[in-house]
Amino acid sequence: MFANDLAIAAPLLILAGAALFLLVAGAFLARPDRWVALGAMAALAASAGVAIIGPRGEAFSGSLTADAASVFAQVVICLGSLVAIPLGQGWFERRGIRNFEFPVLILLAALGMAMMAGAGDLLSLYIGVELQSLALYVMAALQRDDAKASEAGLKYFVLGALSSGLLLYGASLVYGFSGSIRFDEIAAAVNGEAGTGVLFGLIFMICGLAFKVSAAPFHMWTPDVYEGAPTPVVAFFAGAPKLAAMLIFARVLAEAFPLAADQWRQVLILIALASVAVGALAGLAQTNLKRLWAYSSIANVGYAVLGLAAGTAQGVQAMLVFMALYSVAVIGFFACLSALSREGRPLETLDDMAGLFQQRPWLSLAMTVFALSGLGLPPFAGFWGKYYVFMAAVNAGDPVLLWSAVAALVGSVVAAFYYLRLVKVMWFDPAPGQTDRPPVEAGVIAVGAAAFTFPVVLGLMPFIDLSAKAAAAALGLG
Amino acid sequence: MTGILSLITFAPVLGAALILALRAGRPASARGDDLTRWIALITSLVTLGLSVLLTVRFDSANPGFQFVEDIPWFAGIHYRMGVDGISVLFVLLTAFLVPLCVAASWKSVEQRVTSYMVAFLLLEALVIGVFCALDLVLFYVFFEFGLAPMFLIIGIWGGKRRVYAAFKFFLYTLLGSVLMLAAVLAMIGVAGTSSIPDLMAFRFEPWMQTWLWLAFFASFAVKMPMWPVHTWLPDAHVEAPTAGSVILAGILLKMGGYGFLRFSLPMFPDASEFFAPLVFALSAIAIVYTSLVAFRQTDIKKLIAYSSVAHMGFVTMGIFSFDVVGVQGAIFQMLSHGVISGALFLCVGVVYDRMHTREIAFYGGLVNRMPIYAVIFLLFTMGNVGLPGTSGFVGEIMTLTGVYFSSTWTAVAATTGVILSAVYALTLYRRVVFGEMTNPALADITDVNLREIVIFVPLVVATLWLGFQPGLVFNVTASSVDGLLDAFRTAVGD
Repeated sequence: MFANDLAIAAPLLILAGAALFLLVAGAFLARPDRWVALGAMAALAASAGVAIIGPRGEAFSGSLTADAASVFAQVVICLGSLVAIPLGQGWFERRGIRNFEFPVLILLAALGMAMMAGAGDLLSLYIGVELQSLALYVMAALQRDDAKASEAGLKYFVLGALSSGLLLYGASLVYGFSGSIRFDEIAAAVNGEAGTGVLFGLIFMICGLAFKVSAAPFHMWTPDVYEGAPTPVVAFFAGAPKLAAMLIFARVLAEAFPLAADQWRQVLILIALASVAVGALAGLAQTNLKRLWAYSSIANVGYAVLGLAAGTAQGVQAMLVFMALYSVAVIGFFACLSALSREGRPLETLDDMAGLFQQRPWLSLAMTVFALSGLGLPPFAGFWGKYYVFMAAVNAGDPVLLWSAVAALVGSVVAAFYYLRLVKVMWFDPAPGQTDRPPVEAGVIAVGAAAFTFPVVLGLMPFIDLSAKAAAAALGLG
Repeated sequence: MTGILSLITFAPVLGAALILALRAGRPASARGDDLTRWIALITSLVTLGLSVLLTVRFDSANPGFQFVEDIPWFAGIHYRMGVDGISVLFVLLTAFLVPLCVAASWKSVEQRVTSYMVAFLLLEALVIGVFCALDLVLFYVFFEFGLAPMFLIIGIWGGKRRVYAAFKFFLYTLLGSVLMLAAVLAMIGVAGTSSIPDLMAFRFEPWMQTWLWLAFFASFAVKMPMWPVHTWLPDAHVEAPTAGSVILAGILLKMGGYGFLRFSLPMFPDASEFFAPLVFALSAIAIVYTSLVAFRQTDIKKLIAYSSVAHMGFVTMGIFSFDVVGVQGAIFQMLSHGVISGALFLCVGVVYDRMHTREIAFYGGLVNRMPIYAVIFLLFTMGNVGLPGTSGFVGEIMTLTGVYFSSTWTAVAATTGVILSAVYALTLYRRVVFGEMTNPALADITDVNLREIVIFVPLVVATLWLGFQPGLVFNVTASSVDGLLDAFRTAVGD
């Protein structure tokens, strides 16, 4: 049934074909950047569309699956990547870096993420993770004359390689002790509590994946990379890749180790609480907004992992809703940052934002929305994500999880302080000088994402709720 | 009449949207700011008109929820609105105070008028939403979202230490509220519904009630505020602009008392009975201790803020007396305090607008220059003391009567608070209004102008009307309160 396999893999093939074609075409076109960007955006839109209408099932003897979960992730991934292209293209252009590789790299990263979302065995998982990571390393260092960006790229690469090693080592242990790389066959072989060997492998894999989603205690790279990498690149890799990594995280746990939930739950609870604590406490000391949002993302991943720790379909649904809503907010926030500058110098610190409301009311209103959403104030999107996560944690029926949820809620009050500080600086303080006119595309993306975060999300929640529910059901946890 | 609650709730939002559409991004100008003010005033008056209509059409013989709207939303959450005898008057109180606040800010807020009016209208919508919401999650959304506009109102248009006060207000309230959120989630998880009427009928296990009660208490006690978590209130009041203080004292504090009546008593009756002595003790301490603290204040607003804490002590005490007279008195006290404390903050605003200080020692002998002001201030001071004939008396005497049967000692301790309130309020009045005018800076102070008189007239009328005809309130609340207490007694089994 090779034709059927190809039909299932079509969204990925579109991305792969487009990446290769645009790379070649770019080399021959006179002014390639515009056309390549448009082509890449069209390919992303087509890929999402094909994923939605395409057939569901397994392809290549189970290496690749197309189910409600992979489609859900695919749509978010493609939308996140689609938005990142104009955002980054304009930003690089204004800095005199005219390259057409950026959209191609985004396509390759999206392909990696799509592969992660649909992986059915350990091998495609690893290839997806690596393809995505390699594209991101290059993007982080794309501004190659900038020392900080190069440092960020290198740091990201070295630590990322280490985590890939952990992941691969874990995968090999799991394969060695269970005798298969397919998730369903691993589940059949383990059939209950994981034995010592498989458990070792699972823990290594959890460590590797926790690194990719930047959960504590594997978060060290995040603030440095966020600070050094070009802002639109951060906007890209703070959103969709985290969702893809969280989905594959959920898939490994739910499809390969469904009966070992009591074993992995304790690890996940620890990771979740550590992330929330690190994100909330370390964030208090930050003055650079990119670093601040790095810590905020660590805390947010902690909440997503907490949803996963519930080990129920409701928990997976909560994680998906949370990550989808968070992706939009984080892209919007970094779009705001990339839109703002004063006399050509980008605004990156808290003090830079002083009195912004007087000068850029729409952008600072958007940033206020993102800050309040990060804080978890209802009815902003961030609140609904947290609502799902805590609901899942409470309903799981495990008292440890219940008290962890209460602790995480208290952690969100600590974090509230730094989100409020941003609001305070923008609204209460006097402005030190004029800001430059923000570029149109970044402004539109920022305000659009803010409008989604509140109030559009209120109308879309019934739809997001149902699609995440279907996606979670596809992973097969009870 | 279905849909009127949504209309009342979102009418201010429409006004805010209109202001934004006309004024957002435009440079500030005198004409533009006046336009903003007029739109805000008309919007709030329309809301008031609709609320009056709501109260007139309200069927006071029906103890259940009326004007119910119910639209399924997602994940089992409904957009469900409705009012009963307990909440309908709070909607009216909110709609009554906001136009006065807008009028009071007419001249005193000159900076960023557009943002100010938008924040105020948004706050009004959210507060009305709190009193109308019949879904637990919807209630939480309105309850929490209100923090954001209030944070901005204190932080942008406040006094010198406005940033400190705004943060303290926000973080204190948020900490209380997230514990409530945990309880909300647990309740939905166990009962399988977030509908407030259904949850009222649902019986939680007694051990669970204890935890849930404590979590809700954490939120409402901060909001009330009860001793010892009241410390954010004096800071917030002192720094907030006049209209912000009016809203804070007049309405936001009532959300705590409303929460006790709507959630703690009907949903956790066993725990409420169990913890009643705790509430009595905290209320008695609040009444006596904060009255003494109020006496020692040098800032007029801070004094009134502490007196608010003391008066809220009567409310909590009355609610947890589980007695018809006590609960009716508590609701009455909340409404009356909403009017009187709002009026007192407006009185402070009048002299603050002229002299830009709230130091008691700065003033003295104002009666010589401001006779009309002296009369108005005297009336509300008497209301604050609880003089018979003003609305303040009715609430105090009824809560004290109600508590007397449940806990005589609390009633005795609280009665000293009545005397103490006379001590600090009359002392304040004597030092500010009477005596020789020794401060030369006051020589040119002018009496209240027409705009200010127009603001005070409705408040004077309300105070006296409620004082002489308290039955107006009890007619509306009676059947709902009876229903609440009947259900409570059945639940606890006596």
